[in-house]
Amino acid sequence: MEAFVDIDGVTLKYRGASGDIVALQDATLKVQRGEFAAVVGPSGCGKSTLMRLVTGLHKPTAGTIAIDGKQVTGPVKMAGMAFQNANMLPWRKVIDNVLLPLEIVEPHRSQFRSKKAEFRTKAEQLLATVGLAGFGDRYPWELSGGMQQRVSLCRSLIHEPALLMLDEPFAALDAFTREELWCVLRDLWQRLGFTVILVTHDLREAAFLADNIYVMSARPGHIVQIKPVPFARPRDLQVTYEKEFGDIVMELRMKIAQVRQS
Amino acid sequence: MNPRTLEKLSPWLFTIAIFLVWELACIVFKVNTSVLQPPSAAFAAMFKLWRVFLYHSWVTLWVTMVGFALAVGFGIILGLVVGWSRAIYRGLYPVMIGFNTIPKVAIVPLLILWFGIGEVPAIVTAFLISFFPIVVNIATGLATTEPELEDVLRALGAGKLDIMLKVGIPRALPYFFGSLKIAITLAFVGTVVSETLGANAGLGYLIALEGASFRMANVYAALLLLAFEGVLMYAVFAGIEQHFTKWAFRSQMSAAG
Repeated sequence: MEAFVDIDGVTLKYRGASGDIVALQDATLKVQRGEFAAVVGPSGCGKSTLMRLVTGLHKPTAGTIAIDGKQVTGPVKMAGMAFQNANMLPWRKVIDNVLLPLEIVEPHRSQFRSKKAEFRTKAEQLLATVGLAGFGDRYPWELSGGMQQRVSLCRSLIHEPALLMLDEPFAALDAFTREELWCVLRDLWQRLGFTVILVTHDLREAAFLADNIYVMSARPGHIVQIKPVPFARPRDLQVTYEKEFGDIVMELRMKIAQVRQS
Repeated sequence: MNPRTLEKLSPWLFTIAIFLVWELACIVFKVNTSVLQPPSAAFAAMFKLWRVFLYHSWVTLWVTMVGFALAVGFGIILGLVVGWSRAIYRGLYPVMIGFNTIPKVAIVPLLILWFGIGEVPAIVTAFLISFFPIVVNIATGLATTEPELEDVLRALGAGKLDIMLKVGIPRALPYFFGSLKIAITLAFVGTVVSETLGANAGLGYLIALEGASFRMANVYAALLLLAFEGVLMYAVFAGIEQHFTKWAFRSQMSAAG
């Protein structure tokens, strides 16, 4: 079966202050449609570069990237993105922050005025599914960090992207809020069925959410291991206290410690 | 008195206190009036010749506002252009800094030569002295757009103009309104410098004229009126800033708390 996201032998070099830096070296990664993929690795291994490559913001030096059979040559326009920082626009109400992608991406862009009421309803429904019903008319600064990150997730999903790219979206949150948002993301993914590539440092997060965990080496980054996560869906947070879960996290930890050394 | 009303009154109280101290100092130390006039003398001059002062105050005010309006228009355009591209930014910056470093008082004789004695050199001086902070602030606001947010939008197919309109310009607004407060006070400086050197009207002209005739009370009256106009216009633009960029004040507050 052809992969939905097909990263094939990708190398990325860029010019740094002290000579060329090889961020990725012959990285190959194939993610199936509807898969929840997590990418973990030591810091500075080029995980975030991978995100920029897949969304078409960067061109690889060598190798090819294809999404849904089509080679990526420019901004892909069908991916949602969320980062560690919620990046809200403080002058816009929450709902207008969520609606932002619809003002940019076609075909919604040209319909934005005529379908505004419909879009607003959709945004409000999406906010409700992440537990923010009735918060649309607030301003981002009135919300806690966890709530802002929920809004950020809504914004990344409002245009119904087939692919969601997440770059450590929960890293800045406290442990309780983080686990709460794992469940929010899990439910959204299960309901909407998009493909996810989650870049994270948090091995428990990867093991709880992902179908497959891709371990990257230190720079120059490439995939050194693919670890399937066997737990049945839907997963409950209880899973994270099981021995098998602990074993997976331990195994990943050992692997990363090993690639850091080398 | 509760602290809130005290806070509201404190600008007035301080101003009155300074006048009182000034007046008392003149009396207690028996200051020679050719060295320092007491505020009472300045106010008395103001009331006695109120038509004259009103006329010259008005000239300085409108000349400043015209120069300032030009600075805002030009500053916005140049700020957007400079903020648009790094190449333009880098190219124009040394030129602008060099230009801004030249004391405008040195240009006024040239302007008088070109435009003749009157309001035009004053307008141009006010414009030249006040556009720089507007340009720098708009360009800074545009340049500090979060790169990740730019990524989010660019990945959706947003062009540079989209990013500018949706993110860059709203982001730059608090910087812009903040710069207006600086620019308006500078514009007054420009107007008065030019009026002092070559004009037929305006507070700067009045200060030069009355000073040359040693009518010091009139000089102090003109200086006080100038200060008043500056405070007034500053307050107007601070109010506009508050009104249009409430979010910036709020989000800063929440970030701090």
